Amino acid sequence: MTTTPAPSAPGTPAPDAPVLEAVDVTKHFTVRSAVGTRSVVRAVEGATLSLPRGRVVALVGESGSGKTTLARLLAGFYAPTSGEIRLEGVPVRQRRGRVERGHHRDVQLVFQDPFGSLNPLHRVRHNIERPLRLHHGVRGKAELDRRVRELLERVALTPVEQFVDKFPHELSGGQRQRVVIARALAVEPKVLLGDEPISMLDVSIRLEMLNLLDRLRTEDGLALLYITHDIASARYLCDDIVVMYAGEMVEGGPKEHVIADPQHPYTRLLVESSPDPGRGARDREALFDADADSLGEPPSLIDPPAGCRFHPRCPFAMDVCRTQAPERINLGDGRWARCWLHQEGRAGELARPGAGVEPVAPGALAEPAAAPTATRTTQETQ
Amino acid sequence: MVTQIVRDADRTGTGRTGINLTGARSVSGDVLEVTGLGVEYVTDGDPVRACAEVTFTLRRGEILGVAGESGSGKSTLITALTRLQRPPAVTTAGSIVFHPRDGGPAVDLVAASPKELRALRWTSLSIVLQSAMDALNPVMRLGAQFADALRTHDRSLSRDAAWARAAELLATVGISGDRVRSYPHELSGGMRQRASIALALACRPELVVMDEPTTAVDVVMQRQILAQVLRLRRELGFAVVFVTHDLSLLLELADRIAIMYAGRVVELGTADEIYDDPRHPYTRGLRDSFPPLRAPLRRLTGIPGTPPDLRRPPSGCPFHPRCALRFEGCDTHLPELVDAGGHAVACRLYDAADGGMADVGLPARTADGTEGRAERRIEDGIERRAEHRTEGGAR
Repeated sequence: MTTTPAPSAPGTPAPDAPVLEAVDVTKHFTVRSAVGTRSVVRAVEGATLSLPRGRVVALVGESGSGKTTLARLLAGFYAPTSGEIRLEGVPVRQRRGRVERGHHRDVQLVFQDPFGSLNPLHRVRHNIERPLRLHHGVRGKAELDRRVRELLERVALTPVEQFVDKFPHELSGGQRQRVVIARALAVEPKVLLGDEPISMLDVSIRLEMLNLLDRLRTEDGLALLYITHDIASARYLCDDIVVMYAGEMVEGGPKEHVIADPQHPYTRLLVESSPDPGRGARDREALFDADADSLGEPPSLIDPPAGCRFHPRCPFAMDVCRTQAPERINLGDGRWARCWLHQEGRAGELARPGAGVEPVAPGALAEPAAAPTATRTTQETQ
Repeated sequence: MVTQIVRDADRTGTGRTGINLTGARSVSGDVLEVTGLGVEYVTDGDPVRACAEVTFTLRRGEILGVAGESGSGKSTLITALTRLQRPPAVTTAGSIVFHPRDGGPAVDLVAASPKELRALRWTSLSIVLQSAMDALNPVMRLGAQFADALRTHDRSLSRDAAWARAAELLATVGISGDRVRSYPHELSGGMRQRASIALALACRPELVVMDEPTTAVDVVMQRQILAQVLRLRRELGFAVVFVTHDLSLLLELADRIAIMYAGRVVELGTADEIYDDPRHPYTRGLRDSFPPLRAPLRRLTGIPGTPPDLRRPPSGCPFHPRCALRFEGCDTHLPELVDAGGHAVACRLYDAADGGMADVGLPARTADGTEGRAERRIEDGIERRAEHRTEGGAR
């Protein structure tokens, strides 16, 4: 049992240093109510995260858990209240709440809403040319045209002629999100932060977007942060998963381990609650049993619970949980968790008997649709 | 109270008398029969057919899931079923026949007058909307909204009794009774949605239509809400039409699932059939668009292309431009929903008139040489797509 307050690269063999990291970052917002009382929203507390080249890290949690705030901290839109954002090991400097433009050249953010993040008055061409002019000083019509074509081809918006002179409203949601990604790539960033990039897209085109992000990671070696509340899509795309709850990171590690064998009660709750098409109607009773009737809600971040923020909802809560925040415990294999169960030697209780959680060999890619077709044949000949 | 309404409905009725005093339950287990429903949006140009030839029955106490992407007509279907549609949407064809629980005469909701509909609403038929903030009145306390609905349908109920009942109803969805004096903005999103479910159940309806009730809440809250809905259904026995874009959720929740594409039901079967044995290529693609949480990962491709624009629907089968299994004639012939032992599909792969496999599933058919045209095509398609993928990467 070892405790490390701020380890650098969690869950990575890390041949080279991370491109972007957050080190013990905290962000508080001051809000003023109508009657003038001030209160502090503790949106992110002591977050440590590192994004290595060519790896996808998923940040998973419910709404209000601080995922987006952390992404905006990493992108330099907010200055941290305490802690540090480091780009290639160098702390990012903030001046009057803003970072230098150089930071945006290396770190780009893709927003959730492709309908709101493109200028509706300008054609696709203009939307993509702008970062080229601003960040790379590209002038000259021919050069701009060449770069725009290249970018649209990279995000598979082909034939390019069909898209380049359209207005955003003439495109579907998936096409718009591709334009947003092309615009981010125009800057030639080292890090792409995706804030729920697929959650507003139609189900049937989400996978194409995930496959595109995966290709950018493998071909260009981008470091990718994928923020989502959908743990199944995180598993599909990512290498590592970090789970946030109420502004704090509670668990992290390689995806298959985190999903198959959660080491924090909140991760377990999240995984169990996520729909899984493979689970099917057969396990409905178990999924929607009496326990599921009162699972509680995340706390207010203005007045979060003392100790571990999850303790009011935790089935394992002990006295120590109510008073003292647990430390980050390294569990080997790049895994870590912040839970008193590990410090008190009760971690074994997290494994739920008969929950049907079987560890899966990581990265095992079966042949497409082989199994369902087989099932199908047997059923049809009945 | 209910019998009174039904008698009212009967007087103005459609001639569909045949009142069976032994109760509808024994006559048929169906609570709703939708036949050939068509809804159009009337515009300056050609009308847009948002729903066409939608036919299904809802059994008593059943959860029927309706899954589809945006623009598939699922929300249009909901407003048509509940008769909440507003111009320019118009129901142009078909009937929605509601069979009351107490064996009263059936009511065609399409032909019903506003007065008849008003009597049916809340007591027989209610709705839960996606955004609870839109469904609850922001300037009324929760208790007042419950009392309003309760006392409208039961004039003998006193104000105090109605508020007490409101507190009980909130307790059934896990909200403490003292919250009746709260305004909607004082509740969290999950609580608001649960309150609107409790409100929908206030007058003990037989049918609750739910339009993406959990899309705006987190997964843990979603599971909590659905657990409560299932428990209340066990206690009260209502039937649910549950509309969502999330097929993976329906596979766990629904008894039967209808898959909609471009305003039509393209497949209808039990949750197990839809998962283990999806017949329509769209259903198959949709099922394979959800990465698994535990099963081994494989590369998924989704469905190429984008959903059709209903102002300019494709000719023939609306799915053919995106379909890997399309063959000659798919762009001209519109397949109908054909029922084969409860599992219905609208695809020419299974259509006898087109030389497909109408009696798919019969061993005799598979034994002689014609076995598996559909089967072979589907396997071909998968291979073709797999090749496509290795060539083109993520497209």
